[in-house]
Amino acid sequence: MSALMDILASAGLWAAVLRIATPLILGTLGALLCERSGVLNLGIEGIMTFGAMIGWLAVYNGADLWTGILVAAVAGGVFGFLHAVLTVTLGLSQHVSGLGVTLFASSFSYYVFRLMVPVAGTPPTVEPFQPIAIPGLSDLPFFGPAFFTQTPPTYLAILIALILAYVIFRTPLGLAIRMAGENPHAAEAQGINPMAVRYGAVIAGSALMGVGGAFLTLSAFNSFFPTMVQGRGWICIALVVFASWRPGRALLGALLFAFFDGFQLRLQTALNGAVPYQLFLMIPYILSIVALAVMARRARVPQALMQPYRRGER
Amino acid sequence: MSEAVLEISGVSKRFGTNLANDNISLSLAKGEIVALLGENGAGKTTLMSILFGHYVPDTGKVSVMGEDLPPGKPRAAIRAGIGMVHQHFSLAPNLTVLENVMTGTESLWSLASNVSAARKKLMAISGRFGLRVDPDARLGDLSVGEQQRVEILKALYNDARILVLDEPTAVLTNIEAEKLFSTLKDMARQGLSLIFISHKLDEVMATADRIVVLRGGKLVAERKAADTSKAELAELMVGRAVHRPVRDAATPGETVLEAVGVTVRQDGVDRLKAVDFHLRAGEVLGIIGVSGNGQTVLAQLLSGTAQRSAGDLVLYGHGIGDLTVAEAVEAGIGRIPEDRNREGAIGEMAIWENAVLERIQRFSRHGLVDRRAGIAFAKKIIEGFDVRGGTPVSRIRLLSGGNMQKLILGRNLIERPRILLAAQPARGLDEGAVAAVHERILEARRAGTAVLLISEDLEEVMALADRIQAIVGGRLSPPVKAEDVDARRLGLMMAGEWEKEQVAHAV
Amino acid sequence: MRFERREHRPAALVIATPVIAVIAALAVAGVLIAFAGAPVLTAYWKILTGAFGSRLSTTETLTRAAPLMLTGLAAAIAFRARLWNIGAEGQFYFGAIAVAAASAHLFGGLPSLLQIPILFVVGAIAGMVLLLFPLWLRLRFSVDEVVTTLLLNFVAILFVSMLIDGVLKDPTAFGWPQSEAVADAARLPKLLARSRLHIGLAIAVVLALVVHFVQSRTVFGLQSRAAGLNPAGAGFAGVPLARTLVIVAMMSGGLAGLAGAIEVMGVKGYVTTDLSPGYGYSGIVVAMLANLNPLGVVLAALFTAIMFVGADGMSRSMGIPTYIADVTVALSLISMLIAVFFTQYRISR
Repeated sequence: MSALMDILASAGLWAAVLRIATPLILGTLGALLCERSGVLNLGIEGIMTFGAMIGWLAVYNGADLWTGILVAAVAGGVFGFLHAVLTVTLGLSQHVSGLGVTLFASSFSYYVFRLMVPVAGTPPTVEPFQPIAIPGLSDLPFFGPAFFTQTPPTYLAILIALILAYVIFRTPLGLAIRMAGENPHAAEAQGINPMAVRYGAVIAGSALMGVGGAFLTLSAFNSFFPTMVQGRGWICIALVVFASWRPGRALLGALLFAFFDGFQLRLQTALNGAVPYQLFLMIPYILSIVALAVMARRARVPQALMQPYRRGER
Repeated sequence: MSEAVLEISGVSKRFGTNLANDNISLSLAKGEIVALLGENGAGKTTLMSILFGHYVPDTGKVSVMGEDLPPGKPRAAIRAGIGMVHQHFSLAPNLTVLENVMTGTESLWSLASNVSAARKKLMAISGRFGLRVDPDARLGDLSVGEQQRVEILKALYNDARILVLDEPTAVLTNIEAEKLFSTLKDMARQGLSLIFISHKLDEVMATADRIVVLRGGKLVAERKAADTSKAELAELMVGRAVHRPVRDAATPGETVLEAVGVTVRQDGVDRLKAVDFHLRAGEVLGIIGVSGNGQTVLAQLLSGTAQRSAGDLVLYGHGIGDLTVAEAVEAGIGRIPEDRNREGAIGEMAIWENAVLERIQRFSRHGLVDRRAGIAFAKKIIEGFDVRGGTPVSRIRLLSGGNMQKLILGRNLIERPRILLAAQPARGLDEGAVAAVHERILEARRAGTAVLLISEDLEEVMALADRIQAIVGGRLSPPVKAEDVDARRLGLMMAGEWEKEQVAHAV
Repeated sequence: MRFERREHRPAALVIATPVIAVIAALAVAGVLIAFAGAPVLTAYWKILTGAFGSRLSTTETLTRAAPLMLTGLAAAIAFRARLWNIGAEGQFYFGAIAVAAASAHLFGGLPSLLQIPILFVVGAIAGMVLLLFPLWLRLRFSVDEVVTTLLLNFVAILFVSMLIDGVLKDPTAFGWPQSEAVADAARLPKLLARSRLHIGLAIAVVLALVVHFVQSRTVFGLQSRAAGLNPAGAGFAGVPLARTLVIVAMMSGGLAGLAGAIEVMGVKGYVTTDLSPGYGYSGIVVAMLANLNPLGVVLAALFTAIMFVGADGMSRSMGIPTYIADVTVALSLISMLIAVFFTQYRISR
């Protein structure tokens, strides 16, 4: 019991929570933005993988870290564009298109990585983002090291969550996005082109997913290896439901999730192998399923989610 | 009349081989109400979609106040002052009234919505035309009538001077409809110009200044309301004298189905509340009501797709438990679903598969489908019920609405059912097909079938039904004899006013 | 640009669709090969000879095709009924580990003729169980099964990893995490002597024929197709929707579990966490390439196996990463989606 309390009281846990949460925040926000406009984007897993690879590769080849992030965002946007062509213009099944994008983006990542980086005994690394202590706040006891000594992308992710919440609920653009996801015919009747809105949302959302991936290789770790995204994309899709399609709750959901993850990591060490480590690793996936089961019927799903929009067809 | 605010000139639009609009010209004056009358497929909706910029016409143009509108730009149409009130509301149930109204009214790139100004403007308009709503209510929580008010307010909020209403009374009770038309007349007096699309002769005659009749994509006539009659309009609309069949006297046989205090609960709501009715052989019982009052569940109950939570069903003199679809079909209940395309047919499957699916046990042996027998069955229906446009092996999606309905009728009636459930059997069909469907229903009645007709069309119910019950909020009125009621009385019943009336007429 | 639904689908176009899709995918992949600085046509030639150039490579390709056929069938059956089972990878591992456990601890003493069929059933049931859970979540809580089946893949593989590192760990494997081996009597007979090719291929082809028969001739086939195309219409016509989905899920999960069982019993003999090079995910592509037709699955699985085996050989000699095979397969899924679209729609103004 006291071991539990020790874990909870350590600033290290809470610092780790924010670190673990960052890619989830970015991925969840990206998926949320797509879904608010009416498009489920199961390309997320692959897009995050590609973002992780290409961001890292850019830095490995001499670009600075922020350029790496930018490259990942652009690459994510390109895959988002592909998904939008398939699901918005052609109106294909969003499930299958998304899986296609994921399979393509991840295998393409591995291909490019293998091509550019020769096989080596120890994987090549880059110099990742360093934590930045926020002046003043980081000097606070406990809270300082726990919350105010993070790498810049983490601060960025939280900022984006706030901005996205504002945009979606307080601006005409956000209303247009919501209307495209609730009733594209109504959007069209009010002079908004729902297909253009969906394109924009899917591209922007996918860019966020790409950045979420890049965080893994440019901040959380310093190298790229295949399968490193480890289902985080799917967890983000579950988190969107858990968050009822609200950015603020998505932020909280990702943090809650990361808390369990960070906690289980430390518990694992504390228990010192008494329980198989695989059981701990299962926790995030099982939690996601539980979250879905609890929230699926309560959440207010965008009414036109997964419905292709074709002009003049009802 | 004063100057024309809207001018449609020489508009044509072709879809594949179908000429939906053929060189149509039309003008609208300030303060005028024009009715656009025509059957389904006459080209009304296409014309309005062109007017509103959803479609680009092949030839012709639209001008407002003398200025040509760029084709295919809804935004330009809105800016020119055209407002559209769609039949299927263009609203989002999850958003608030104000959000629905505000969508698209501000520049997409402005950094904040000016909510308070929008609220003020909405309340002003709502006061001016007597269209009261709560701007912060979630739209999905409003009644259908209120939602229509929002739809109209949305157009007015965009400073519409020309209002187009597509079948505005389709979802309203008579009383709500009357209120709506008095609001519309008031708007015209205040200087707005209105076009409303309809196929209901009564409301067209009562409300419009001028009536434009479309048929087969052509503008066939233009009449002042004062100079025409319902009979003339009917003939102009259909192009020939079509007579809907009307029932002759019947001698009802024994009661085949009786419902006593039946309640159906779905998702925690009582959709049917302790209803009583009985069906007799050789007789049509009409259930009249505005859609959304429990008709769907009543139809589901008898088709075997919904189960009751209280009450008794007595079928052929025996009380029964839950009725499944297979049992309903087996018991000789023919079922015509209210939504042909959703429930009545599986579009991508062949006609023969659609014909046998609900009685598959009879067309299979040891779990294997007897394809040959199925095709023969479909062929018999196609011939016997004059289904055109398909063979047994072609996909059912390729049939027109009327022919699809004939096939659905056929697969039920060919078996001589003892009970026929007909939910909105003529919805969305043109006059010719309506007459054919009605004839088949009356034929079944003559042959001794007990018919339950669920409809929102007064004329249809009065033509076919021997006895009538109104459905309101999941309750059924006591039955009245068709001879004893007129449209006004039925209208009151549809508004739920039967309790105040004496039930002396009840039979 | 707008799209108009085609009233009639030309039969030739429907048949040509997968061919066009594959060619398009190969063309795009060609660009990637060229980008790597290798001669494209030579690379494709090496893929072909890598897959069929020798008796060894040919049998290897066919051996690879067998599990792909089964996971492809699993996806095709489910997708046709609009059950989005993306969990074939996890179901594959469940089938595999169940068979290893059952043979090592329960039925190991039985003769082949008895043991092999029993193990097939065990593997299939294990796969079913893993799919019935997300189906239950869908029917009970309206949870989208796409995400749950995807997430369960990770859970399943971790679960297998835990077993082969724990209670089922092979004590003779020098500490490597691998399961105890199945009994010799559980090993599948070879189809061809002196090769890895086992009767799993024949079983997969026969099952494709069976599935085809069930879908095209039986009442269940008609009903499940109706349920997939239009649930409301099928329900109105008396198709028991939930029961149909459960049966579909049992077939789908069962086939994926069987794929895992056959792979263990036919090829490796024991389970590791790299038993499947993504057979479950590739099965989705196979099913889509086949346009969900069970006989088409056989051909699509062959194509996919050729790409994987051929790319291995090509990679060794030309220095192109083997991942080119995965890229091509994924691209062919996307191009197939687009191609199928254009059999249903045409471009109008």
